[in-house]
Amino acid sequence: MTSNGWLQIALFCVVVAAVVKPLGGYMTRVFAGERTLLAPVLGPLERLAYRLGGVDERQEQGWLAYAISMLLFSLVGFVSLYALMRLQAVPLFNPAGQGVVEEGLAFNTAMSFDTNTNWQSYVPETTMSYLVQMAGLTVHNFVSAATGIALAIALVRGFARRSAKTIGNFWVDLVRCTLYVLLPLSIVAALFFVWQGMPQNLGAYTEVTTLEGAKQVIAQGPVASQEAIKMLGTNGGGFFNANSAHPFENPNELTNFVQMVLIFAIGAALTNVFGRMVGDQRQGWAVFAVMAFLFLGGVTLAYWAEAGGNPAIAHLGVDGGNMEGKEVRFGIANSALFATVTTDASCGAVNAMHDSFTPLGGLVPLFNIQLGEIIVGGVGAGLYGMLLFAIISVFVAGLMVGRTPEYIGKKIEAKEVKMAMLAILVLPLSILGFTAVATVVEAGLAGVANAGPHGFSEILYAYTSATGNNGSAFAGLSANTLFYNSTIGLAMFIGRFLMIVPMIAIAGSLASKKIVPASGGTFPTHGPVFVGLVVGVILIVGGLTFFPALALGPLVEHLSMNAGTLF
Amino acid sequence: MLKEIRPALVMMAFLTVLTGFAYPLAMTGVAKVLFPHQAGGSLVEKNGKVIGSALIGQNFSEDKYFHGRPSATTDTDPKDPTKTVPAPYNAANSAGSNAGPTSKALVERVQADVARLKAENPKDAVPVDLVTTSASGLDPHITPEAAFFQVPRVAKARGLEETIVRRQVQLHLEGRTFGILGEPRVNVLALNMALDALGAR
Repeated sequence: MTSNGWLQIALFCVVVAAVVKPLGGYMTRVFAGERTLLAPVLGPLERLAYRLGGVDERQEQGWLAYAISMLLFSLVGFVSLYALMRLQAVPLFNPAGQGVVEEGLAFNTAMSFDTNTNWQSYVPETTMSYLVQMAGLTVHNFVSAATGIALAIALVRGFARRSAKTIGNFWVDLVRCTLYVLLPLSIVAALFFVWQGMPQNLGAYTEVTTLEGAKQVIAQGPVASQEAIKMLGTNGGGFFNANSAHPFENPNELTNFVQMVLIFAIGAALTNVFGRMVGDQRQGWAVFAVMAFLFLGGVTLAYWAEAGGNPAIAHLGVDGGNMEGKEVRFGIANSALFATVTTDASCGAVNAMHDSFTPLGGLVPLFNIQLGEIIVGGVGAGLYGMLLFAIISVFVAGLMVGRTPEYIGKKIEAKEVKMAMLAILVLPLSILGFTAVATVVEAGLAGVANAGPHGFSEILYAYTSATGNNGSAFAGLSANTLFYNSTIGLAMFIGRFLMIVPMIAIAGSLASKKIVPASGGTFPTHGPVFVGLVVGVILIVGGLTFFPALALGPLVEHLSMNAGTLF
Repeated sequence: MLKEIRPALVMMAFLTVLTGFAYPLAMTGVAKVLFPHQAGGSLVEKNGKVIGSALIGQNFSEDKYFHGRPSATTDTDPKDPTKTVPAPYNAANSAGSNAGPTSKALVERVQADVARLKAENPKDAVPVDLVTTSASGLDPHITPEAAFFQVPRVAKARGLEETIVRRQVQLHLEGRTFGILGEPRVNVLALNMALDALGAR
C-alpha cells in the first residue's frame, strides 16, 4: 500500500460526500413534482409522455396499483428486449453482421437488463449489434435504474406521509427520474468521456496492420453514451467483454475516477433525499454513516490484500503486488477501490478481473453483494435495502428494552417486520440454494475454470451477483450454457421482484399509519448508537448467513495460498 | 389492471425512442463535431495508413520493439469453430485470463516468463506487470520499470547506445494526472513508433 493510493481513495470519498447534498436537494424537488431549471426544455417532453400514455399525473396510486404498474412495465421491457435480440439479424445499425441471439442467452440477457443486474453471459463485441446495444441495452440501463429509484422514493413517501392511502404515481416517478435526473447527467458524462478518448461512432470495426505487420481488428461503437448511464444507473453491463478494464471503455484515470463517482452519486444522494422528505436530514446522514463505515472497511481489506500480492508469484523474484487481471493505468489502488465501489453499489462494472484477485481481495466484493448491496447500493435498491435493515434494527432494539419499536415517527409492527424479513431472507435462499445445486450437478461443475476452492468461489460469486442484481463475475465461469443461463436468469428474477413486492407492501402499510410524536422513551435514530446497531445487525445477518459458504471458498483458498498449495 | 397496460406499452416505446435512439444518436453527432479523433477510436497513422489505436495495445514480439504485457485474449480456432486458440491483443474479443491466485497453470506460465526475462536482463528485478496478463488483454501501457527493464535488449537489437533508448523511454513517461490520480506508465505503441522514427532519420 502506498500513501498515494490512500490519497486517491480519500479524494474519492471527499468528492462523493460533496455530491450528496446538492444532488439530494435537486432530486427531492424532482420527485416532489416541483419545477426545476430544466423544465423549459424537458417539460413539453414530460407532458407528451403522459398524454400518449393516458396518465393523469395528479392521480396517485396505492401500494398495490404502484406495484402492478411497476411489474407490468418490467414485463413489457423483458418481452421487448427478448424480441429485439431474437430479431437481431436485421441489417439496421449492425455493421459487424451479428446474428440472432440464441434463446437461452436472450432469456438470460433480457432478465439481466430488466432487473438492473447486467450480468453478461456473452461477449458483447462478438454477439450484440449496435441496434441492440442502443435501443435495447441502453434503454434498460435508463429504465431499470429509474424503476429502482421510483421504488425507493415510494418507500420514503411511506415514512413521510401520515394516514395516507397513496404512495405516488409510478409513471410520473419513472418519467421524471429519467428525464430530469438520468438523461441530463448522462449527456454531460458521455461528452466528457468522448473528450477523454472513449469512442462514439456507428462505424464498422476497424481493421489495421500493426507495427509488426499483423492484422488487428479493433471493435468500435457508440460506447460513451452507454457508458455514462451504465455507471450513473449502477447497471454495469459492459459495451465490451472486458467492461471498464477495456481501454476504450475506460481510457484513463480521469474517466476511471468519474465512473466511480457516478456509481455512488445517486445512491449516496438518495440518503439525503430520504432525510429531506422525512423532514430531518440527520436521519439521512445516519444512514450515510452506516454505508461509509462499511465501505471503508471493505476498501481497506481489498487494497491491503491486493497490494500484498500473491506469494506464489513473489517467490519467483517478481517485484510488486497482484497485477494479474489488472491494468497498468489503474494499478492496484484504483482496482481495489473500483471493485469495492462496484459491489457496494449494485453496479457490477469492473476495471480489473475479480476472478484473479487474491482470496481476501476477492472476498470483499463477494461479501459486499451478500450483505444486500446496502452500502450506497444500487440506485434506489440500496436505500430501500438499507431501510429494511433499519426496520430490523429498531425491532431488535425494541425487543431489548421491551418497547414497541418506532422509526421516523412510525410504529414498526409485526406486519412490517415480517415483510422486511421476507425481503431479506430471499437473498440467502437464492444464493445458497442455487450454489448448492450447481456444485453437485454435472452441468454446474462443467463451467468451472479454476480447480480447488477457487472453483467453488466462481459458482458462489455467480449466484451472489445474480441474486444481488450486481452483474460482476468471477468471469472464468463458462456461464453461457443452458443450465447457467436459466438458473442465473431465475436468480436475478427472484433477487429483484421477490424483494421489491414485500418492500412496497411495507411502504403502503407505513403510509397509512399516524405519526407518533417523539417522546423521552423514543430511541433516537440519527445518532452513533443507532449507526452502530445497524452496522451490527447487517454484519450479523450477512455474516452468519454466508460465513460457512465463504469459509469453503475464499477463506480456505487464502490458507492454501499461504501454505503454497496450488490447484 | 387492464388500464395500466396502455401506459406500460407507451412508456416503454416513448423511452426507447428517447434514450435508445435520440440520446445515443445525438451524442454520436455531437461527438463527431467536437471530438472527431476520440469519437473515431483515437486511430494512429503511419505514412498515411492506419496502423492501430493509441488506446489499444498491440502484440510485440520482435527484439527491437518494447513488449507489452502478456495478453490472454483468444480467437475462434480456424480449424474447429467450437474451440478457441490464443490470440494475444485480439481487439475484437477483449478478455482477461481469469486465473485465480492458486492456479497452477498461472504460476507455471509466470515461471516460464520470469526465466526468459531473467536471461535477457539478469541485473534488475522482474517487474510484475511484465509477467501478468492485463484485465482487458489490450493494455496499451507498461510501468516505467518494465520499460527500463527492456532497454538492454532493445538497444542491442537496434544497434543503438543504451543511453539513446533510455532517453526515448524517459521522453514517453506519463505521470499521474494532477500528480495524484492513476499510475505512472509508458505507452508501448507510441514508444516503439518513436524508436522506428529515430532509425528512419
